[in-house]
Amino acid sequence: MTIQLNQIQPVAGTRILGVGGFRGEQVVDNEAIIGPIQSSDEWIRQRTGIATRRRANPETSILDMAVAAAGESLEAAGLTADDIDVVLVSTVTYFEQTPSLAARLADAIGATPAAAFDVSAACAGYCYGIGQADALVRSGQARNVLVVGVERMSDFIDPTDRSISFLLGDGAGAAVVGASDTPGIGPTVWGSDGSMAGHISQTTPWLELRQDQGEGVPARIAADTWPTLRQEGPSVFKWVISSIPEVARRAVAAAGLELADIDVFIPHQANMRIIDQLVKMLDLREDVVVGRDIADTGNTSAASIPLATERLLREGQARSGQVALQIGFGAGLAYAAQVVVLP
Amino acid sequence: MAYTEQEILTGLAEIVNEETGLPTDSVELEKSFTDDLDIDSLSMMTIVTQAEDKFGVTIPDDEVKNLVTVGDAVRFITGAQA
Repeated sequence: MTIQLNQIQPVAGTRILGVGGFRGEQVVDNEAIIGPIQSSDEWIRQRTGIATRRRANPETSILDMAVAAAGESLEAAGLTADDIDVVLVSTVTYFEQTPSLAARLADAIGATPAAAFDVSAACAGYCYGIGQADALVRSGQARNVLVVGVERMSDFIDPTDRSISFLLGDGAGAAVVGASDTPGIGPTVWGSDGSMAGHISQTTPWLELRQDQGEGVPARIAADTWPTLRQEGPSVFKWVISSIPEVARRAVAAAGLELADIDVFIPHQANMRIIDQLVKMLDLREDVVVGRDIADTGNTSAASIPLATERLLREGQARSGQVALQIGFGAGLAYAAQVVVLP
Repeated sequence: MAYTEQEILTGLAEIVNEETGLPTDSVELEKSFTDDLDIDSLSMMTIVTQAEDKFGVTIPDDEVKNLVTVGDAVRFITGAQA
């Protein structure tokens, strides 16, 4: 006899119920960082569109940042921590292998016993998270999912690096995904290509550092051997412009829409040049609102899309009910896109 | 059918014009992308990507640094068509 197990009944639709954000307290202008990279304010602005980036105070932990953004998103959603069944954190700058930052976050906001886990998809991480949250809620596995993209990139930079460090900022962005009679999250178009993993990567794997120390347990890792982030910028740029527009088009088509239906475009805030090129290549409507938070927040990896979203809504550039195309791309190389209705 | 060197030069000039606004007749074989045309590495990648689409060739990332002049690019694309 075939055994039949109970399965959870799915719900009809999901949407983002609220978003929140936290930006590092310090405003760091280009003049403050150009010395070690022998650059100029003009060069950085021309190459990246960044005038300032936000960096966290030394005493502000990555957990503090996540808690702040999570609290704001819960408030915006009109929910409390008790309503959250899953806490999902996307980050590449939480420097503990275990336990997860998500478990610490769930405890810190009082969401225990919510399921909690971290996702490593770098700049695509928030859209990966929204895709998973949508699936968890729609399948009936969770009532509401808290998705947080948080990065303390300043722990992962080398002031002398000219490839990526000067772009990076610290921040956290959060969204609460819950059930909705009207579907508000389109299918996620996602993927990765690990053959290009070396294009954005940690300078030295942790285990190599351990071997470098010789016998015995090393007391500390010297500052000059601390792993940081590097990228092959032009190669990454080429990958983005040659593959990401198609991902965006597929996400729009999967949602049953046309590009002309998109009101708001919120790409990962990698570099203003990339944002401009994507806008141009996608041939978006002239009145489309584009997230350009990078100009004074910097590239905050997994936090950049929710931070840009939070800002567009807070400043009134975008409004609840508008249709937004969000797309993340970066280390992996990984990407994910979906169309969402703004909360 | 393979493009001639002249057709590739004309096509490249159109791509450079679209990306940078430089007049097409300023895109000459002996001109350096960086020194003469003031094209930075990101713009160069946009031009390379569009040239790949237009001429149906693959220009590996490692090869881009060798494309110093417009003539270098024309010759590489000509050879890559084979």
